[in-house]
Amino acid sequence: MLNDWLFIGLFFLIVAIFPGAPILIAGLLAPKRTTPAKTQVYECGMETVGDTWVQFKVQYYVFALTFLVFDVELVFLFPWAVAFDKLPLVGVVSGIVFILILFVELLAAWRKGVLEWV
Amino acid sequence: MEFLRDPISFIGNWLEGLLLGWKMAPSAATALIQLLGAFIVGTFSLALVIFTIWVERKLYARIQDRLGPNRVGPWGIFQTFPDMIKIFTKEYITPDGADKVVYNLAPILTVSAVILLWAVIPFARTVVGSDVNVGVLYIVAVGAIGTLGIIMAGWSSNNKYALFGAFRTISQMVSYEVPMVLALLVPVLLGRTMGINSLVEAQTVWFAVLSPLAALLFFFSAQAEIGRAPFDLLEAESELVAGYQTEYSGLKFGMFYVGEFLHAFTVSALTASLFLGGWRGPGAEQWPILGMAYFFVKTFIVYFFVIVLRITMPRLRIDQMLNFNWKFLTPVALVLLIATALVEKGLQLVGQDSMVLRTVVHLGMNLLIVWGTVEILRRSARKERQRVSEPRPVAIAPQTQASD
Repeated sequence: MLNDWLFIGLFFLIVAIFPGAPILIAGLLAPKRTTPAKTQVYECGMETVGDTWVQFKVQYYVFALTFLVFDVELVFLFPWAVAFDKLPLVGVVSGIVFILILFVELLAAWRKGVLEWV
Repeated sequence: MEFLRDPISFIGNWLEGLLLGWKMAPSAATALIQLLGAFIVGTFSLALVIFTIWVERKLYARIQDRLGPNRVGPWGIFQTFPDMIKIFTKEYITPDGADKVVYNLAPILTVSAVILLWAVIPFARTVVGSDVNVGVLYIVAVGAIGTLGIIMAGWSSNNKYALFGAFRTISQMVSYEVPMVLALLVPVLLGRTMGINSLVEAQTVWFAVLSPLAALLFFFSAQAEIGRAPFDLLEAESELVAGYQTEYSGLKFGMFYVGEFLHAFTVSALTASLFLGGWRGPGAEQWPILGMAYFFVKTFIVYFFVIVLRITMPRLRIDQMLNFNWKFLTPVALVLLIATALVEKGLQLVGQDSMVLRTVVHLGMNLLIVWGTVEILRRSARKERQRVSEPRPVAIAPQTQASD
């Protein structure tokens, strides 16, 4: 058991090195001749106007919130699914009620027009 | 004979014996072997990309009635190597005003997140990087790191198009994670475990047969997670230049592509492991090397469909993409999860544990949900057609008085 997590810990280290090392080596091999024109931001050939971090559509924020509700609650269902054999009927039914609440949430958001891309 | 049967465990055991024979502490020997294993799995997954890029380009070309790479080596199989050498010698151009640390970290993080998934994929009964008992949760958690890498790339590039690409990524990847996690819950429920290797062992009948709907839901939402056509809005080249990777050049740009190709293959491997029985097959229990062959055959079959889907589908509009997720995939996945739980508990209460009955009931339940979904879709389509065909208010041109 502990060995499994040792492997994943070592894997995290190795996995950072694998893409990192070629990028460093390529940085040493590649030419470096920067000119002011080259490092300009590319926006369809025009010089960029104003700040980059502009106001964005509020819809993205609404979808992120909807996702948050689902994702936080879905994590609780994993232990429920693993312990399914040992659960009494009440446990299974309460799990299903939990999923039904999620479903009602989705329907409410749908009804409120949160899921429309305007 | 023992070597032929299970070469990788054989080498592992031999190495451990050798290290212990050198009077090395057992914990140090284990750590060293684990390090070596991690190194091999990582190298293998990256080396695989060199091959899958060729497979994908060749198939892409054949479907478009072209020849594809055909000059370097037989059937152009070594085409990726000259491409690699070329991209190694390209200059890095960092745009003005970029957030340097985040900008350089983003491609590394994107590739790492994909390679990390290979830690829990079982190649055979005995050949698995790490059989942690929370494998499915690990997949979900690590998958989220990839999203972070793309958001970092878009935000730090100091480019409006890159930022728009990143916004679309947030809404797409984050949305499709919901049906993906729901679809992953179905095999967990059927196998009563979260370890990937134990899930493969639990598949005396493939989960794709027990619950074909869950397999399809996982397959499609995983396509959106990869971010390829028909879900490639985050790098829609006709709208956003190249999305989040607009300002990247040289190998940093290449790393995003490596990440994408490897992710496509990894998702195929996950689909094969979770739903198509992974390394299971005749004789795979005794001969792990056979299991490896079964695993790769199944993975390549799924990968073929991933590529064909990418080549033959046009890109979706952003509202269609979100509707497909929130109004179709998510409700269906929720209903499927409830129905699976009810059927499982019902069979348990009745006391029937024959595999045939279980398969038939689950399959019937799945088909019933499919039929219901199609019926609802047909009705809403009819309503929509009626709405469109009704006479619409037309602006009437103002009557002008004929003046003399």
